Amino acid sequence: MALKIVKGSIDRMFDKNLQDLVRGIRNHKEDEAKYISTCIDEIKQELKQDNIAVKANAVCKLTYLQMLGYDVSWAAFNIVEVMSSSKFTYKRIGYLAASQCFHESTDVIMLTTNQIRKDLSSPNQYDTGVALTGLSCFVTPDLARDLANDIMTLMSHTKPYIRKKAVLIMYKVFLKYPESLRPAFPRLKEKLEDPDPGVQSAAVNVICELARRNPKNYLSLAPLFFKLMTSSTNNWVLIKIIKLFGALTPLEPRLGKKLIEPLTNLIHRIMSADRSVYIPFLVARVRTKGESMSVLKYVKAMFVFVVKYLGLLAMSKILKTHPKSVQSHKDLILQCLDDKDESIRLRALDLLYGMVSKKNLMEIVKKLMLHVDKAEGTTYRDELLTKIIDICSQSNYQYITNFEWYISILVELTRLEGTRHGHLIASQMLDVAIRVKAIRVFAVAQMATLLDNAHLLTGNVQRKGICEVLYAAAWICGEFSEHLDNPTQTLEAMLRPKVATLPGHIQAVYVQNAAKLFATVLKSQEGNTDSTAAQETSQLMIDRLPLFVQSANLEVQERASCILQLVKYIQKLQQKDVEIAEEVIALFAGELNPVAPKAQKKVPVPEGLDLDAWINEPPSESESEDEQPRAIFAKEEPKHSRPRHTEVDEKELAKRREARKQEQANNPFYIKSSPSSQKVYQEAPGVEHIPVVQIDLSVPLKVPGLPMSDQYVKLEEERRQKDRADKKKKEKKKRKEKRSGRGKRHDSGPESEEDITPAHMVDIVTEEMPESSKQGQNVCLCHFRLSRPLADSEKLPVRSHRAAEVLKSPAQDGDAESAASQEPKKKSSKEKREKKKDKDRDRKVRVTCLQHYSPPPSPVNDIQGNLQDGSQVVVSVIFENKCDSFLKSMEFNVLDSLNSKLQRPEGSGPHDGLTVPFQLPPGVSNEARFVFTMQSIITPQKLKGTLTFIVKNEDSSTHEKLDFKLHFTCTSYLISTPCYSDAFAKLLESGDLKCSSVKLEGVVMPFHHLLARICFRHHFSVVERIDSCASMYSRSIQDHHVCLLVKTSGQTVSIDAKCDEPTLLGNVLDEIKQTFSQC
Amino acid sequence: MQFMLLFSRQGKLRLQKWYVPLSDKEKKKITRELVQTVLARKPKMCSFLEWRDLKVVYKRYASLYFCCAIEDQDNELITLEIIHRYVELLDKYFGSVCELDIIFNFEKAYFILDEFLLGGEAQETSKKNVLKAIEQADLLQETKEQKVKLSILH
Repeated sequence: MALKIVKGSIDRMFDKNLQDLVRGIRNHKEDEAKYISTCIDEIKQELKQDNIAVKANAVCKLTYLQMLGYDVSWAAFNIVEVMSSSKFTYKRIGYLAASQCFHESTDVIMLTTNQIRKDLSSPNQYDTGVALTGLSCFVTPDLARDLANDIMTLMSHTKPYIRKKAVLIMYKVFLKYPESLRPAFPRLKEKLEDPDPGVQSAAVNVICELARRNPKNYLSLAPLFFKLMTSSTNNWVLIKIIKLFGALTPLEPRLGKKLIEPLTNLIHRIMSADRSVYIPFLVARVRTKGESMSVLKYVKAMFVFVVKYLGLLAMSKILKTHPKSVQSHKDLILQCLDDKDESIRLRALDLLYGMVSKKNLMEIVKKLMLHVDKAEGTTYRDELLTKIIDICSQSNYQYITNFEWYISILVELTRLEGTRHGHLIASQMLDVAIRVKAIRVFAVAQMATLLDNAHLLTGNVQRKGICEVLYAAAWICGEFSEHLDNPTQTLEAMLRPKVATLPGHIQAVYVQNAAKLFATVLKSQEGNTDSTAAQETSQLMIDRLPLFVQSANLEVQERASCILQLVKYIQKLQQKDVEIAEEVIALFAGELNPVAPKAQKKVPVPEGLDLDAWINEPPSESESEDEQPRAIFAKEEPKHSRPRHTEVDEKELAKRREARKQEQANNPFYIKSSPSSQKVYQEAPGVEHIPVVQIDLSVPLKVPGLPMSDQYVKLEEERRQKDRADKKKKEKKKRKEKRSGRGKRHDSGPESEEDITPAHMVDIVTEEMPESSKQGQNVCLCHFRLSRPLADSEKLPVRSHRAAEVLKSPAQDGDAESAASQEPKKKSSKEKREKKKDKDRDRKVRVTCLQHYSPPPSPVNDIQGNLQDGSQVVVSVIFENKCDSFLKSMEFNVLDSLNSKLQRPEGSGPHDGLTVPFQLPPGVSNEARFVFTMQSIITPQKLKGTLTFIVKNEDSSTHEKLDFKLHFTCTSYLISTPCYSDAFAKLLESGDLKCSSVKLEGVVMPFHHLLARICFRHHFSVVERIDSCASMYSRSIQDHHVCLLVKTSGQTVSIDAKCDEPTLLGNVLDEIKQTFSQC
Repeated sequence: MQFMLLFSRQGKLRLQKWYVPLSDKEKKKITRELVQTVLARKPKMCSFLEWRDLKVVYKRYASLYFCCAIEDQDNELITLEIIHRYVELLDKYFGSVCELDIIFNFEKAYFILDEFLLGGEAQETSKKNVLKAIEQADLLQETKEQKVKLSILH
């Protein structure tokens, strides 16, 4: 035995220890791999020995090799052996190796459970400690489950050394085995008040990390932490506590206020000590009102230190709550753009995005453009480019006052080399050109130049990103070719042979737009009586197009051959001296309007179309259901089943066809067959009426030596100065009249945001109102729909979103309608439509009311409304100016009732009116929104209101008043909600509902019309219909259920109704009765 | 904290500690990528960089880079403090530490780190306590094997 030990020691003298290994590796720089492979062989030999010291040495070496990147997983079992050694020396090495080499999929981990448990309960605290440390690195869900209890016991160990390790490792255990959290939490909470600061800070650490995942659970600990924060002097702990509060404050706003004082104290204390600059940054995370103001001071101080990055990060946090205060540090942030470090530059860019305003946009973008030129590395340059575009286009070009400047910026950006964002620039060009009408002339000129210099963009095929711009350029030049100075030249440019090297989709656009251009050129040339020129153009087309006909791209090929044939035909006609320009132009007549992405939603579902219904009868089982209708209402009569779609005779069919045609004619979204209807589009009052401030273009567009966009900055300055001067003058003239386009009057002091009038208007296509670009039309659509009787073919609509109906007979209504549209000045009935939409649930309700008035020529108001929740109603009012004068200074006021109140801004009295935030030129309509608060919705409401405004004629202006009533019917609080018949039956059986019924005599209309009418006007949806009997359902915004059973026999209609609110039910029934008594 | 790496100017890894379970392949990939990124940065650049969805905090001490990866919500400055504290600990333990100390006593460097951080969280903020724990553990080790291991300590 003794000999064996001696032999072992002697053997070991020849073994390499770790130091030898390291030294050896360093000495074998050239053939490291070879050296290591021999070492590994040696280690394998060593591991085979019984001597644990030798094994430990080998494992130690393996750990080192593992770090160098060699695979040592084969030795996992040996590591476990060393771990289980009773000697601390080896155990320590074993656990170290395990923590470095093991991961969740190491299978020997299973073997360690008992060993670890033994070590955890070892009397030697260092054994326990080393086991805990090791475990923290390779804990698996299984280990966590098995050892959670042992670790929990260790949390109240007598030695703080163990306690703090146990507390910390609990976090890892919670992550792997979440079930342990609940039993362990009370003990964890105890540890917050542990006498040992180390244990305390460990507990704070763990709870802070836990709270990041789910802050709600830890709100109750806030007072405890508050105490800790004010008492603790350990900065490490303080940081964690503040971080924890950062997670808690969003849930409990009061906490934020309470924190301000201690935090400010802390900052003062810590700022005086030099190194710990981090606290202010942390504080910025506790985003509360008021408090971040004071923080900003410190954030600025951070810039003085090296930590620019953190300063920027903190600023971006503050920017969200206090944009104004950050804006004053613009220069500082712009400086950061010059920083060498990319992450700092990117942060600064992020900040700039939030800081732009109308006033500083041009300046900021100018600076950014400078950086674009300087920037090295395409990624950063691309980032700059996207940011410039983001900044400019944010919230519908809100900050752009001069779109010519923007177009020039875009054109300048195309000169960038190697950018990937060509398509982005292209889409911006298209967007601006389409939506800002006033800019088109300018845009087209710029695009034509681009096309002319296309070779600059396509010089290198690698840079295929940027040639996307040509796509936009070609389209704009083609579509708005009437604005081109020299269309022939552009046409020539578009048909250059070089074009064939462009990507296919761009070529396709080229070909198509060449045709459009051709049409324009033809027209101008035919007017000149010089027929040869026109023929030359045709010849040019015929010469060049075959190039595209041979293209590999199908789209290009198809378009080119089609157009080629067309041109050939045109040429034939030209030779016969036939004037054909008009007809060619007609090919591309009509204007493309922007459509919002969600516009489809706004298209009403045609009345006959039930999207949820089966087109064919559903197979088999539904029939059996038909035969055995469930008894929903107590008094239900026995019914006979009959297949539904049987009696469709010839007459009916013809009727339906007629109705469909009529509907199509009224639907602007339907593509018509005749070209004449397209002209109707353009004549309809639309965007043309939006006032556009013309800009003086006499300034030369190109200033030598200056980049293009710079002049706009100057121009803009001049314009603003002029504006300001004008205003001063005006004010001196004792305010004879207000300038148009200005909402408020300001002193001659510094300009405010509102003061900067945009030079161009954008057609804003938002998601809510996609029809805004052709609002006029849409109003027409409403009118048509109102007056049209329900078509026979129309079935029961469910959840349709349509203009409301006027409580009037259809014939009369139609008359009034047409009169109103033809002669706006005529005394007309004023309708108010209030569409109320429950935004949360996306259902719609509407109120209709009618009101007569007879003032002199004045605007007609359309009122629409939106419901926000159970008690808040957003009424959106469409003001339409139907007279010839300019209307301004509109004030909207409503006399509040006890139940419903108009919400006014804070600080204004209960009788103050609300200013309508726009003015109305003749023929223009616009929408304003007002919020009402409703107490109860079970009774109908009428609110009286007045609209005061100033009518401005050329020579005089008068003050006018218009009274109106807002009628909130009970029906309007209902939301048509689909309900399944079984849910419906359950509802009725529940017995919570009160019953009521009503009988209508002398109703002469088909049953389905009747149902449609109830659905349509009172927002019900049909649950089930059997023969002459139907059940219907609706729900109020405050979640009252309303159920109807409608039966008809001859001319008598009986409606049985149930609702959990009898008053509401009574009112709804009254309204239904009224609907039918009027027809 | 997700992991901590120590590497030299030449890009040689000197120490690695992972607090998230990852496969060896993954670890190697991350290490290679990160070492390259950090070494490419100029001395005047800031100590924080955004890398994948993590933030990397690094600091150079003589020829060694200390590099930590933390999550988005973690505090960068406290991580910098942790690095500094760890260097201070090494310095105290080895007595003006140099790269070679860490290379040849790499297991000691690990032990110190383990006493200081546990599962990626700082467990002991007092330098004194950490060193005390290490010394006592070493003592335990040495009493048991001073006879055999004496030569190693040189």
